[in-house]
Amino acid sequence: MEGFQQFDEMWGAGDDLRRPYHTFQTWFDGEDPARLRAKQREAEEVFRLTGITFNVYGRAEAEERLIPFDIIPRIISGREWQKLCRGIEQRVRAINAFLYDIYHRQEIIRAGRIPAEMIAKNDAFLPQMLGVEPPGGIYTHIVGIDLVRTGPDQFYVLEDNARTPSGVSYMLENRETMLQMFPELFSQNRVQPVQNYPRDLRHSLVDCAPAATDGPPTIAVMTPGVFNSAYFEHAFLANQMGVELVEGSDLRIVKGRIAMRTTQGYQPIDVLYRRVDDEFLDPLNFNSDSVLGVPGMMDVYRAGGITLANAPGTGIADDKAIYSYMPEIVEFYMGEKAILENVPTWRCSEPDALAYVLDNLRDLVVKEVHGSGGYGMLIGPTATKKDIAAFRKKLQARPGNYIAQPTLALSTVPIFTRQGLAPRHVDLRPFVLVRPGSIQITPGGLTRVALKKGSLVVNSSQGGGTKDTWVLED
Amino acid sequence: MLGKTANGLYWMYRHLERAENTSRLVETGQRIALTRSGAQEDEWGSVLQTAAVSGGYHQNHDTVTKEAAINWMLRSPDNPSSVLSAISAARQNARLVRTGITHEVWEAVNGSYMAAKEALSRRVNERDLPKVTGLIRQRTALVRGATHGTMLRNDLYDFARIGTFLERADNTARILDVKYYVLLPSIYSVGSNIDNVQWETILLSVSANGGYRIVHGNSVRPREIAKFLILDKRMPRSLYFCASKLRDNLGYLASDYGTRMPSHTLIDTLLRKFMSHDIDAIFDYGLHEYIQNVLGSLQELGMQIEIDYQFYE
Repeated sequence: MEGFQQFDEMWGAGDDLRRPYHTFQTWFDGEDPARLRAKQREAEEVFRLTGITFNVYGRAEAEERLIPFDIIPRIISGREWQKLCRGIEQRVRAINAFLYDIYHRQEIIRAGRIPAEMIAKNDAFLPQMLGVEPPGGIYTHIVGIDLVRTGPDQFYVLEDNARTPSGVSYMLENRETMLQMFPELFSQNRVQPVQNYPRDLRHSLVDCAPAATDGPPTIAVMTPGVFNSAYFEHAFLANQMGVELVEGSDLRIVKGRIAMRTTQGYQPIDVLYRRVDDEFLDPLNFNSDSVLGVPGMMDVYRAGGITLANAPGTGIADDKAIYSYMPEIVEFYMGEKAILENVPTWRCSEPDALAYVLDNLRDLVVKEVHGSGGYGMLIGPTATKKDIAAFRKKLQARPGNYIAQPTLALSTVPIFTRQGLAPRHVDLRPFVLVRPGSIQITPGGLTRVALKKGSLVVNSSQGGGTKDTWVLED
Repeated sequence: MLGKTANGLYWMYRHLERAENTSRLVETGQRIALTRSGAQEDEWGSVLQTAAVSGGYHQNHDTVTKEAAINWMLRSPDNPSSVLSAISAARQNARLVRTGITHEVWEAVNGSYMAAKEALSRRVNERDLPKVTGLIRQRTALVRGATHGTMLRNDLYDFARIGTFLERADNTARILDVKYYVLLPSIYSVGSNIDNVQWETILLSVSANGGYRIVHGNSVRPREIAKFLILDKRMPRSLYFCASKLRDNLGYLASDYGTRMPSHTLIDTLLRKFMSHDIDAIFDYGLHEYIQNVLGSLQELGMQIEIDYQFYE
């Protein structure tokens, strides 16, 4: 971690072109930069017309924005990918085992591997889920594991997204756009397809249908509505799966089932891929102010009348405070060491750790336990003295609210700029589907890239962009 | 399909049709203004009335001027029926029903919105007006073409068509409602220059001048115009044509779903009561009262469809 030896995924540590990029590099050298610039603009046009936008909260104007797309693909070899997959699969199995345990006998707490208050006092823990048997025994059907890389073989898990991971529509549309613009690249390189994702997702959901299902299962996607920042993705997935996109106002309980209002009356839904947060699902059982949900949905769920994907209460597995226990969690349930490493994490709730963090703020990244989207965090090395002083106060006031991590020398991948290729930091979110008996990982995922030179923040809400992610057939 | 989706499709196509009709009315107004001398304010006043946006206009303006009228109809955000408002609303509905329309239809409507927003980002000067109205016509035609060419002929399509033809029938009926007196026999100005202008306006407002010539030749007679716009079976904007399309599409829904609804009775009654007589009978009954009744029936039908197919909770 010292010395900031930066690893570039195309050029390695120096200028030794790495194997997966050979064919691409030859193509790129033969391209006229002016044509590529035109293609970059063309890509933006395609995105605008397709309507791949995200809504920015609190801005009436420009309410829909494009996430910048960079035309240089990120390329991963098949061998690298297989290794990653083993680690991801192990982790996702452990997460589901952990969730089952937490909502049943809580063996892991009895064994003293996790402090009881980490669960009991956690907002993401839903007592309403205790003793509930989710159909197929699965809690997180759809998972996104955020990975960062620091060297040829060093990957770290930055975050587990076990609630409602977003971004899969970008993975699919980025590929679609690249296929349209540079078909020749796909003739020259053997890139594993991602396009089966919607079909796989549908199959996964069908396989988790509840006992109450009568005939072929009816699937629907539930969205908070057209003003939600990820509405495009919700509509996109429903469309690609050929299922209805519903809101709370389309739903009510009819004869013990969740039913949607159709032009021919109310019809029951068997599996609901909900993109609505737990607390808004059911105003009777959770947040009583919610107008997004269906009163009593939780009771129907508990009675086996519907499958919710992901299950309520999965947030306890991707909470940032729980994250630091993931190595123990994997070992406890899988009986083997975690293949994928965690980023070393200091839990500021522990006095020793807090003291260390306060002494080393300049070198650390400090995050809110429940934060997301890159908000409310401190990046020590790039922060001003004033920022650090202000953050120190917040940290001292509520230490339990924070964790700290070293600033990793994140790998870079080149982006296309006016001056040619330039390295920028990236992360990777592969998408995982879980169904009874199998775990499926789509070869690729969402690569987010910090477009600003030197920046480590890849979040789209803070000026990050995306890239197409290739996994090659070796 | 969801009731909400039926609602969204219905309004998406109503708004597209409205954008096209309003744009056509602006074109007609401009054409009349350029080719005739005389009191333009009256003409623009009546164009505003025909577009059913006169009330809102007068709440926001003291006098009728050509510039203000054109601006109000094309791009005012305060006018919910302005071309830009209607296209924005169509696109917003398209986003809501994204799962119910094809990729091509979505791209066409999103492209229309982007083009309209760009073209109508500032006041349109006289020189650019033909280009802008032409653009609106082309863009909405593209959506219609994509719809026709790529959408499955199922209930989704039926609701799209029902929205289109209800709006179109409403538009044609309103044009007749505002201009009906021009078509009445009058002892004063029959065959005068003024009448010819008015008659031409009516035909242009529904893009029917070419069709009229094919069917009735070059002699423009008010009764023939009324007949053409109300009863002609082949003219795609006539009341009869729209009403029979409504009956067809409602009929497909009935056979698809295996249930007849109250709206089916309403459309059958509308056709029997208003479309089964000849034009002389309509004139004997009173053209104005007749149009008023048709407008009322169309409105009632629209409301019944919303109930029958559970557009709302």
